[in-house]
Amino acid sequence: MTRAHEHGAAAQPEGTAPDAATTAARAAAHSRRAFLFKLSLALNGAVGAVLAVPILGYVLGPALKKNASYNAWVSLGPIADFPEGETRLVDYRNPVTMASDGETGNAACWVRHIEGRKFQVFAINCAHLGCPVRWFPQSKLFLCPCHGGAYYEDGARASGPPERGLFEYQYTVAGNHLLIEAGSLPTLATEACAKKKPLIQIAPQDAAADDANPARSS
Amino acid sequence: MDNPNQRKRHALKVFEWFDSRLGLARPLTEAAQHPTPERSASWWYVFGSAATVLLVLQVITGILLALVYTPSAGEAWSSLQFLNHDVTLGWFLRAMHGWGSDFMIAIVLIHLVQVFLFGAYKFPRELTWIIGVFLLLLTLGMAFTGQVLRFDQDAYWGLGIGASIVSRFPLIGGPLVGLMLGGPIIGGPTLARFFALHVFVIPGILLVLVGLHVWMVLRLGINEWPMPGRIVSKASYAHEYHEETAKNGIPFVPDAAWKDAVFAAAILLSVMACALLLGPIGPTGQPDPTIIQTAPKPDFAFLWIYAVLAYLPPSLETPFIFIAPIVVIGGMLLLPLVAGEGEKHWSRRPVAVLMLAVIAVTLGTFTRLGTYTPWSPIMEAWSADTIPTRYLQDRSPLEREGALVLQNKQCRNCHALGGAGGMRGPALDNIAARMTEDQMIRQVLQGGGNMPAYGNALNPAETRALVSFLMTLRGKNLQPAVDSSRQLTTGSPEPLPAEQGGAATR
Ligand code: FES
Repeated sequence: MTRAHEHGAAAQPEGTAPDAATTAARAAAHSRRAFLFKLSLALNGAVGAVLAVPILGYVLGPALKKNASYNAWVSLGPIADFPEGETRLVDYRNPVTMASDGETGNAACWVRHIEGRKFQVFAINCAHLGCPVRWFPQSKLFLCPCHGGAYYEDGARASGPPERGLFEYQYTVAGNHLLIEAGSLPTLATEACAKKKPLIQIAPQDAAADDANPARSS
Repeated sequence: MDNPNQRKRHALKVFEWFDSRLGLARPLTEAAQHPTPERSASWWYVFGSAATVLLVLQVITGILLALVYTPSAGEAWSSLQFLNHDVTLGWFLRAMHGWGSDFMIAIVLIHLVQVFLFGAYKFPRELTWIIGVFLLLLTLGMAFTGQVLRFDQDAYWGLGIGASIVSRFPLIGGPLVGLMLGGPIIGGPTLARFFALHVFVIPGILLVLVGLHVWMVLRLGINEWPMPGRIVSKASYAHEYHEETAKNGIPFVPDAAWKDAVFAAAILLSVMACALLLGPIGPTGQPDPTIIQTAPKPDFAFLWIYAVLAYLPPSLETPFIFIAPIVVIGGMLLLPLVAGEGEKHWSRRPVAVLMLAVIAVTLGTFTRLGTYTPWSPIMEAWSADTIPTRYLQDRSPLEREGALVLQNKQCRNCHALGGAGGMRGPALDNIAARMTEDQMIRQVLQGGGNMPAYGNALNPAETRALVSFLMTLRGKNLQPAVDSSRQLTTGSPEPLPAEQGGAATR
């Protein structure tokens, strides 16, 4: 009965309030309900804000993790595998993989053995947009199949759309093995190693090889 | 029971039982029969409904494919092979989904062009257009994510290109790459992300926005046929449109809708025909990053972007990648707000028509270039394409040695000879008519103008042989290029006009 009564009252046009006391009571009740409704909105807003923390943390997790934290030293094999003066393609397994990665967890790099313990290890990913570059020993060039970027044997930019030379991995020779620090997809943001290279490499071979040799090299 | 009248009454009762609870019969009938301006019941107005029908087809075929497809980086590729070869009619479903997506992009674009030319985005349909722009972007988003789910070599390197583009974003490039890939490399989490986008996120938004889009078409009415001289003004349009439909309106169902239905059927048949005759799209090679013998290429709809990225000068590239989309999308979104009134007829909107023509020709040209990628070196040309024998006849041993150098040093990967080889650099058939010996030596050793320097890769003997071979390449009856400055200094009696770009033909 009360429900029907209320509905009937609500339908009545304003200004024809029948009873001052009930109108005042209803108005008071209304403002209380309106307040409670606003309060419930605020409550849900607060719950939503709390809920957003784990959701955002989950979604942004991969973005917030430092790329270097994925890196680890990976062995590319004994140095005897790399004849001096040659540049060879080497496959390795990325240090961080998941069961679902399958063959995408594999990786490849170009190893250039300059002489003795001096190496250069290049990412296969073009510094332009990441396509796999190919080495041509006859013309001593790396060529990119996508937009025709070309690099010299020391990785320096030769021509085409790339703005800079090939990405280089940090390497070290431990015992008789060549190790590189790898772990994340080389791009302009991550580079292949922590050390930044100047856009144009002026004295590429000696300088690069020397300071790429950390204390771990024996 | 055997009385048909009685059966009819039963059916009506059942219908009423439902409709007294649902209450949908009246609004749906009203929506279906809403008055349409008579001239708008045209074959030009069938593209929107066809796009919706294609969307439904994509949803159905997509769900069916999801019954078999495995969204795991290690297994996706083989599950596609399984679909292609082992599941009964799996190849046909894949083909329908793939060709359906191409058709959907094409129809959505045609729909957009038609709406633009007919001025249908003007008042009061601005928001319908704006939502339509988002629908176009979402359709392209579906195409891109779908191409990733076809987890093959092209998908893998396409993701690499995507990550490289994102990595150029100032300051937050690195975190954005992580967000896109879901980890440090392209792998399991990456595919899972794109699966979620392709299957849940984008279709969800797409369906909601299509609902709004159609709702607004019903609410605001189908655009009237534009007439030159009939000006849209916010003050009078609603009244005029109402008068027009009241006078000349026909019910959408059935008077106008039969054309939509016929066209939709034709489109569905075309998708089926393409699927049947051309088969499923891919997958190409396995997504193994250690297989580098590949020339990745995006799907047809994105070829123009591929071409633009190849032609941009390096210094402009990063700003262009981030500013151009904002300008283009922003322009499309603002269009109805800026040009919401005025003429609707294309003959009175020359700037609009010209703009459309320029955009269409540009996109078409870049797409065409993307189909044969003249900027890409042909990696096998040096060992696969032989030198035409006519270039070797009556040549000295040194010149023939030079031809060998040309092959061995991969010159052919970028330079065509006799129509075979790369197109990255100019064809060499007439090179001696364009360059003097000195210029050639300089160009080969020092490079420049998009050519690498070969100073380190050629010894003096090889250079001499190469250039002496190149000097024999000057086509028929063309004079060799001449250095006029040398003639001046050596006091030649009859100096030739200087030429670098063209042949001196006397
Ligand atoms: S990705 Fe190598 S040149 Fe563009």
